[in-house]
Formats: sequence, structure tokens, C-alpha cells
Amino acid sequence: MATMKEFRNNVKPNWCPGCGDFSVQAAIQRAAANVGLEPEQLAIVSGIGCSGRISGYVNCYGLHGVHGRSLPIAQGLKMANRDLTVIAAGGDGDGFAIGMGHTVHAIRRNMDVTYIVMDNQIYGLTKGQTSPRSAAGFVTKSTPGGSIESAISPVELALSVGATFVAQSFSSDLKGLTELIEKGIQHKGFSLINVFSPCVTYNKVNTYDWFKENIVSVDSLEGYDPHDRIKAMSYSMQYKGLLNGLIYQNTEQKSYEQLVAGFKEEPLAYQDLSLSKEDFDKLVAEFA
Amino acid sequence: MISQLSWKVGGQQGEGIESTGEIFSIAMARMGYHLYSYRHFSSRIKGGHTNNKIRVSTKPMRAVSDVLDILVAFDQETIDVNAHELREGGVIIADAKFNPKLPDGLKPVRMFAVPLTQIAEELGTSLMKNMVSIGASAAILGMPVESFRNIVEDMFLRKGEKVVEKNMEAIKQGFDFVNNLTGGQLPEFQLDKADGSKRLFMIGNDAVALGALTAGCRFMPAYPITPASEIMEYLIKKLPKFGGTVIQTEDEIAAITMAIGGNYGGVRTMTASAGPGLSLMMEAIGLAGMTETPVVIVDTQRGGPSTGLPTKQEQSDINAMIHGTHGEIPKVVLAPSSVEDCFYDTVEAFNIAEEYQVPVILVTDLTLSLGKSTVEPFDYSRVEIRRGKLLTGQELPEKEQNDLFKRYELTEDGISPRPIPGQKFGLHHVTGVEHDQTGRPSESPINRKQQMDKRMNKLNTLVDRYPNPVLFDAPHEDADVLLVGINSVGGTIQEAKERLEKEGVKVNHAQIRLIHPFPTEVIKPYVEKAKKVIVVENNATGQIANLLKLHVGNAEKIDSILKYDGNPFLPNEVYTQVKGLIKHGDYERVSQ
Repeated sequence: MATMKEFRNNVKPNWCPGCGDFSVQAAIQRAAANVGLEPEQLAIVSGIGCSGRISGYVNCYGLHGVHGRSLPIAQGLKMANRDLTVIAAGGDGDGFAIGMGHTVHAIRRNMDVTYIVMDNQIYGLTKGQTSPRSAAGFVTKSTPGGSIESAISPVELALSVGATFVAQSFSSDLKGLTELIEKGIQHKGFSLINVFSPCVTYNKVNTYDWFKENIVSVDSLEGYDPHDRIKAMSYSMQYKGLLNGLIYQNTEQKSYEQLVAGFKEEPLAYQDLSLSKEDFDKLVAEFA
Repeated sequence: MISQLSWKVGGQQGEGIESTGEIFSIAMARMGYHLYSYRHFSSRIKGGHTNNKIRVSTKPMRAVSDVLDILVAFDQETIDVNAHELREGGVIIADAKFNPKLPDGLKPVRMFAVPLTQIAEELGTSLMKNMVSIGASAAILGMPVESFRNIVEDMFLRKGEKVVEKNMEAIKQGFDFVNNLTGGQLPEFQLDKADGSKRLFMIGNDAVALGALTAGCRFMPAYPITPASEIMEYLIKKLPKFGGTVIQTEDEIAAITMAIGGNYGGVRTMTASAGPGLSLMMEAIGLAGMTETPVVIVDTQRGGPSTGLPTKQEQSDINAMIHGTHGEIPKVVLAPSSVEDCFYDTVEAFNIAEEYQVPVILVTDLTLSLGKSTVEPFDYSRVEIRRGKLLTGQELPEKEQNDLFKRYELTEDGISPRPIPGQKFGLHHVTGVEHDQTGRPSESPINRKQQMDKRMNKLNTLVDRYPNPVLFDAPHEDADVLLVGINSVGGTIQEAKERLEKEGVKVNHAQIRLIHPFPTEVIKPYVEKAKKVIVVENNATGQIANLLKLHVGNAEKIDSILKYDGNPFLPNEVYTQVKGLIKHGDYERVSQ
């Protein structure tokens, strides 16, 4: 059985030293081994931005696509081969700006894909512009007078559109993050894991220390029940979206693949394509 | 006796105009006539004038006819808008309910005010007025009422014998009413006997969808749009039986990227759209080209730009299809010319996409996508599935960790072996960033050039391998004129050609079926030996003519006939304009 070592490759990430994304990379490698995957059973589909490079930094199948579109590519891949474990990954710009439409609909669709957002509240690779996750008043190159738009809360967004698995974590909490990714992979449906992954170069406000001071673990909330959607929503609002842990999970809802009429257990990719003469004749006869 | 005629039914959208046309057509098709129909409709659901023009003939026709023989009008607007198309002596069957009047300035025509609604209501429901109108038409044509029984049974038997009989009675009463007025059939409307052959009756979109299913397409993510939606609607019905599915995506960007994901995963996946959707897909088509991921995209052209004329004919996406993506990728654009082509070319689109590992755009136009016509039965034995260097199901040679599979290996033909995710020892990276042979990002100038050359040279063999990249009807060594077209314009050119030939003009016809890469060497000799070349196309800037000038040269003898008012060309328009363009040249010599 593969260990986390088998999920490592010899590519040196081009992330800045201290970047939060290193922890996400390590957590994916550990989680994949912990849930018993072999490298060829995992595919990571990523977007564009610093974080988008992650699909090339894990020893598995990987596709690094276009900006904001990791989710539809990942869903297409999952439909083609439902035996694969498919992780989509990208930054907050990828998921909540250019790709926001896909994020909302992927959550609604509830296909068995795990979506990991490396959320640093800023655009890193383009050198420091505002993100939909930047707080109001946040000063960046593109918002020199401070952002005058309000920030999106990934947790509340996901809960409002029918998410079946919503988690949030932090790059410094490698153990917790690894566990959440394992749970996300094992969840039968779409799992959103938003990871506070600090940008040490361009974000001088939402730093490791800032998160350590401000985030609240759901485990510290007395009687927290991750199956209670209303409570999850209200706690997230109460703590300004800074919860850490498994915030909500619905294990009752079937995944998209389970609901598609006529969809077989055997992956489409392995099925015979040819149409029998008999089937062909039947189809043609409908036009006669 | 006549060999062909045109029949049109018109009224308000939502009034059953389409189904009236459908019943009439199917009855004629089952008698063995060739049919070609064109629907005029607007971008709204209820209300607004709509009509369905159907050409019935004893030989194949692939164009809207210039004139009309019979017009069935459910309202006055239908008469006002369409009566001018009637030939001298043509017939209008109008519902007496609206007190039909003939507009001024018409050629002599005959109008029969038939109580369509009244008869229908007396039989139980005004909805049956379409059946009454069909009976009335049958009386003009001299077709027995019983020839409709079998189609009426197909439509209504599930509702019971009584409903069938009611509808047959509606047809009979419409027939009797007109028959009493005319005192029997009108010989000038009697069609020659049909050959009785069994043919299929379908729209281009049906043939594309059936072609996709037959080619092994098992997944289609798509976003609804006119005039492409019928493709997804057909596959929504059929794919579950074959284990596949359609996903209605949130937009066309999701549709194309999901299709890329499906193909990356090893499943033949397509999407279909029209101009606005194609514009949204451009960046992702570039990704498919760069990552050498096969994907099939259908573009059913309609009037552009922007929302343009969403329910009207145009061929103005050619430039966008060829040049739309940024950067340079290998890409194929196929243009079927008939409903038959739509079937076989779609199968071929999947083969080419996988063999060459490129995006393939199959382009149609609204007239071809939605025009319903009779088609010779498809030949199952002609369907072949070729997946190129796909390695699914094969055991790959063992590899060490970090020794990635060379997914982008430099090979002689530029095409590399393609394992799919899930395959042991097939690990590789895929990225839209320039990459090395294993798919890892690389900015090395040497590698960049190697990978660019590999991708751009892959299609070098395509023109030679593609069946009929240009379809010729070119009997003349010294043609006065070569007429060139794509998609639905081909049928119209054919008819104009026949008329010109009768007058002694030597006309060759070249129908371009492979638009990109351009079949330069195939068409060049025909351009060179023609005295004049005229490209007939539905756009304002002569996009196909420009392609021809770019690739073949001879710009001084290439002219255009353009139409971009939303309607397909009529044969007479092409005939007249060709005559005008060659008037001062050799045409006078040959016509003397």
C-alpha cells in the first residue's frame, strides 16, 4: 500500500518560502495515503495562480487547466471515471472570483469531488491585488484606498446553496487539515474545504499570527453538531466566517453519480463504445 | 402532373403550426416523396408569425423553393406576409373564421375560405383545425384521406381508437369541403407518383446527435441555445440506455471544460452550441489544443453578432472558429453539407479528435440544423470507431517513481501515446503551460520550439485522409464559373447551377467540407481552371471567399454573393446574381 512518500515527486514548488500552500500539499499527500489510495487512483485538477501549481507537486494524475475552471474539468473527469478520487484545487480568486459560477453549481450538483481552496485573501501570482475574500478596507495595489466591496464567506455561501460537506482549516494545523481532507475524500458527494493559507509576501494583514489569534475551532464550541445546517450558518456568522474544522456534513443526500439515471458502477471510460446493429436499427427506425 | 411543389402553413407561434407541417410531411415522406422543409420562427414561445415551408418532390431537393404552390393560413398575417410567394394560379386555404382577404398587387391566385376552426369545434376541439387544413390540402393535391391514417394512428392511438377516428373525420371533412368547391382534384397540383422508397425524415441536429451516439459519445455537457438544443435533448433521452448522460451546465464555459475533463478521463465527450456559446468557449478550446486533449464541439451557426438574429440563418462564425483562440493551436473545422453528412461527419469528428488529439469543431448553420428533410437510410457498416494512440485497457511498462510517462513524447507524426487517469505506470502531468515531454512546465526555448512544432505539424496528413474535403460537382474542364459554398448553401447552389446550365453556362460547384486546415491543393486546380469563382455565403464580409483568396490566391477572379438578412438563399437569387456577375464576360459568348 502506498505511503505518503509515494505521493511525493521531485518537483520543487515555485512557492515563496513560508507559503501556506506547502502544508496543503503535505496534507493531500498524507490524506491520500491514509485513505489507502495508490497514486494512479488520484487525480488533482487545479486552476491558475500560485496554488494552481499544486497538481504538479503531488505524484498522481494531474491537470492544470485554465483560470477558474478546475471544477467543471474535475466534474467531467469524475463522470468519465467514477472510480477515480478527484480533487479540485485552486485559490480564492480561482474559486470565488472568476470561477464563482462553477463553485456554486458544483456544490448544488453534489458530485463526488473534493474541492480544496487555498484561501490567502489576495492575488499572489499577479503581485498583490484584491480578492473577493479580501476584507472591506483591505489595502492592495488595486485597492489603494482600501477595498470598498464586502468579502465573501465561503462557508455561508456553500451552506446557502445546499452543500453536503463544508470544512475550513488553516495551514498551521496540518493534522486537522489532513483529517478534513480524508473526510472530504470519503464523503459521498461534493466536499468544500476552504483552507486559510497565508501569503507571506503580499498579505501583511491575514498572517499566520493573525489567524492563530482569530480562528475558532468548532471543537471548542460546546455541543457543536456538524449535521445542523442552521446552527452551522449562525455560528459562522457569529465568528465572522473564521471557524476551523468540519462545519457541516449531510450524509443522507445521494451524490450526483448515484442519482444519474442509467449510470453504471463500471466507469464510463472502460465501457464498450460500439453500438450493436440491433440498437442502431432501433434508433434509426424512430426517424422512419 | 408536376414533379415538385411547395406547401406552407402559417399562423401564430404556439398554434400548432409545427405539428401541422409535421403531419403533412410524414404522410408525404411515407409515400416515398423527397422532402425539404424550412421553419420561419421568432425568439419567443407564444405569438408572433411562424411558418413551415415544405417542398415535396420526386427527386432529392436541398433548398427552399422560390415559389409557393399552396399556402395554408390560420390568420390574416400569414396571408399578408406570404401570399406574394405564391405562383400564378397558386392556392390559399384560409380559415373562414378570420374572414380572409387577399392583399393588393398579387398575381392571380385562388383562395378557399374553409371553416377550419368551425369544423374542428363541431368535432370537439378547435385544436383539430390543423387536421382539417391537412384534409383541405389533400383535396387540392388529390391525395386520398386514407393515406393519412397511418400517421394519425402513430400520433393518437395511445389515446384510443376514438381519438384516431375523430382526427380522421377532421381530415375527411376538410377534404370534402374543398372537394365540393373544386369539383374534384386540380390536375396542375397532382404530383407524379413517388418511388415509394423508405427514407428517414430528420433535422440536421438529429443526425448529429445520432452520429455522436453511434460514434461512442457517452457524455455531453451542454448549455441550451437556439439552434443547437435538439442535440442535447436527443441525447438526454437516449444516453441513459447506453450508460451515459447529459449534464445541463451553468454556462458554455463549464460545458466545454467539462467536456475536456470527460475526454481527459477517456470518454468520448462532446458539447454543442451556437455563436454566443462558441465565443465563451474560446479559452478552453485553446487548453484542449495545448494539452492535446481531444474534444468535439458543434457550432450551429445563427445570425450574429452578440444575440444577433437567434432564430435566423447565417454563416458568420467561420473567422471565429479558425482564429478565435489566442495563441496558436492545431484545430479542425468540419462543415457537413447535408443531413446525411451531419451523421457521418459527426462520427468522423470523434475519430479525428482522438487520432490527432485535437479539438474538432463541427460547424452547421441554422437551416441545416433545423431544416427537416428526407434522408437515405444510414449505412451501419460505414461507421468505424478509431481511437488513435489511446492506451486505455493496456498494461503499461513498469516505471520508477518520478519517471513520468512521456504523454507529449516527440514522435514522427507528432502524436503521442495517451494513457488515461487510473492507469498504472501512466502518471504524467497535463498543463496549459508550455511543457516538456512528460507534461511538466518548461520555459526552455528548445523545448518550446519542439513542442510547438510537434503540435502544429500533427494535422499535416489530415487533408489527404479526410473523405471529400471538398465535394465537387464539376463536369467542366473550362468552366465559366465555379460556385463555392458550405453547409446548407450547397443545395441552393445546385439548383441555381441546373438553371444556369440550361442556359448554356458552364457551372462547376465546389462544396467545402473541411474548412480548417484548408484543403488548398484539393480546390486549387478547380479555381485555376474556372474563368470566374463566386463564393455564395450567408455573411456580410465574405469569410469563405477570404479564406479562398488567402490559401489559393487568384483574388482577381473571386467574387462573392452575400446574404445576411437572416433568410437562406433562394435558388433564384443565386441564379440571378451569378448571371449579373458574369454578364459582361464569357457568359455572353456561350449564350449566343
